[in-house]
Amino acid sequence: MTMTLQAFMAQLTIGLIGGCFYAMLSMGLAIIFGLLNIINFTHGAQFMMAAFLAWIGLTQLGPWLGFPSFAINFWVALVIVPLVVAAVGMVIERALLRRLYQLDHLYGLLLTFGVALVMEGGFRYAFGVSGQGYEPPELLQGPFDVGFMLLPKYRIFVVVASLLICFGTWYLFERTKLGAYLRAGTENPKLLQAFGINVPVMITLTYGFGVALAGIAGVLAAPIMQITPLMGGNLLNIVFAVVVIGGLGSILGSMITGLSLGLIEGLTKVFYPEASTVVVFVIMALVLLVRPAGLFGREV
Amino acid sequence: MRELREPPIVLETRGLQAWYGESHVLHGVDIQVRQGECVTLLGRNGAGRTTTLKAILGLTDRRAGRVTVNGTDVIRLPPHKIARLGLGYCPEERGIYKTLTTQENLTLLPVIAPGGWPLADVLAMFPNLAERADSYGGSLSGGEQQMLAMGRILTTGARILLLDEITEGLAPVIVEALGRAISLLKSRGFTIVLVEQNFHFARHLADRHYVVEHGRIAAEIAADEVDAREDQVNRLLGV
Repeated sequence: MTMTLQAFMAQLTIGLIGGCFYAMLSMGLAIIFGLLNIINFTHGAQFMMAAFLAWIGLTQLGPWLGFPSFAINFWVALVIVPLVVAAVGMVIERALLRRLYQLDHLYGLLLTFGVALVMEGGFRYAFGVSGQGYEPPELLQGPFDVGFMLLPKYRIFVVVASLLICFGTWYLFERTKLGAYLRAGTENPKLLQAFGINVPVMITLTYGFGVALAGIAGVLAAPIMQITPLMGGNLLNIVFAVVVIGGLGSILGSMITGLSLGLIEGLTKVFYPEASTVVVFVIMALVLLVRPAGLFGREV
Repeated sequence: MRELREPPIVLETRGLQAWYGESHVLHGVDIQVRQGECVTLLGRNGAGRTTTLKAILGLTDRRAGRVTVNGTDVIRLPPHKIARLGLGYCPEERGIYKTLTTQENLTLLPVIAPGGWPLADVLAMFPNLAERADSYGGSLSGGEQQMLAMGRILTTGARILLLDEITEGLAPVIVEALGRAISLLKSRGFTIVLVEQNFHFARHLADRHYVVEHGRIAAEIAADEVDAREDQVNRLLGV
């Protein structure tokens, strides 16, 4: 067991980046579950859609329009794509999910699962299953010397950007008036509406916000993951385990759990690589035995 | 000519019916509340008093009949639009948001009309709330939660207050404080609909009492008739 510090830190960094994506995605799921009481199985497909839209904007859109030199660059995509994905999400909420709020959770789960399959099928039909690549923006290409090792600039950017997004979301939720409305709506939406808040619109916007988080994650993932129709579904399996471990409904909980599980995965790759793909699920099983509501979850 | 001098009717229900799922709870409730009045809904548990308030606000599963708030027919409006016509609601379970601090609970409600109380006035009325400003709603005592539930609707500019069982389960000293608060609100021109179990609390505060039974108004008793009709009231309330 000889391992250089460099290799160790490299695995840890990869784990941290994975953790950033877990954190962003599980935060979105937690926000949506809090207010809508729906486990959004479309989350992975929305993440995938964002990565694809970024790729389409960069490589396909110009030729389609007949201007081969036209492209939507990474920075523009980082703003526009989450908005587009959120808009599509809000249409889904208005047209489909809204009809299910009176029913059991299970129906929301089935519907969002079905929508995810349709979206994945659509992208598979249009673009096939082989992965597409996405060049990081020029500014972030190449390595950066962090003192004890070289890291790709883009990966550092992903870590910093996701931490900012996670912190910003936490701040919005826990420290602002808007967040107070969201927390109140999560606790007792009916009463909030009796105070004069337009709760149906708030629910639509919240769904849009949760989906936009998946959209941002998707664009950030485009340069470091293979862009395929199944990229979201694969990632979402782990994210659901993260959500179970952290407990649904806690913003801070999903952030901390997401980051730590990424790191634990990274460490497992160093010390016992064979277990690295199952370690999250083993932890999930243990947590379920000891604290069924999750580490940060509220007992219901 | 007496009619002309009376203040306008600000809240009225006619033949108000309401359902929870399949169960038919209100069978035609008729009440009229004039501006500045304090009116109670008395009755036994399950008579339909709480449901009457909820049906006015559009919080029951289904409702029919007529509800007018400040002259607007609201039977087809969603709850948030009804509230914005000037209603402030203090629910029976108090509805304090546990994950919000006292301060956040107090400042949460949207302003629906000009003339809402500044926070300082609310805190002057309920000084306990100032001491607990940073505590989460879930950690407040029952009395503090009740004060918070009442205090927060005063900030919104709502002039018609629907208060559901505000004295339930509270110590006598707090009930007294709430009684003083109601008197003060009345003197400041608020219109108050009080659902009460505690007739002794209500009889000195209200201008008029409605007794609700089996989802209907069984009796209407003006404050000056209470002494004469005390037997009837006691019989209806099952005291």
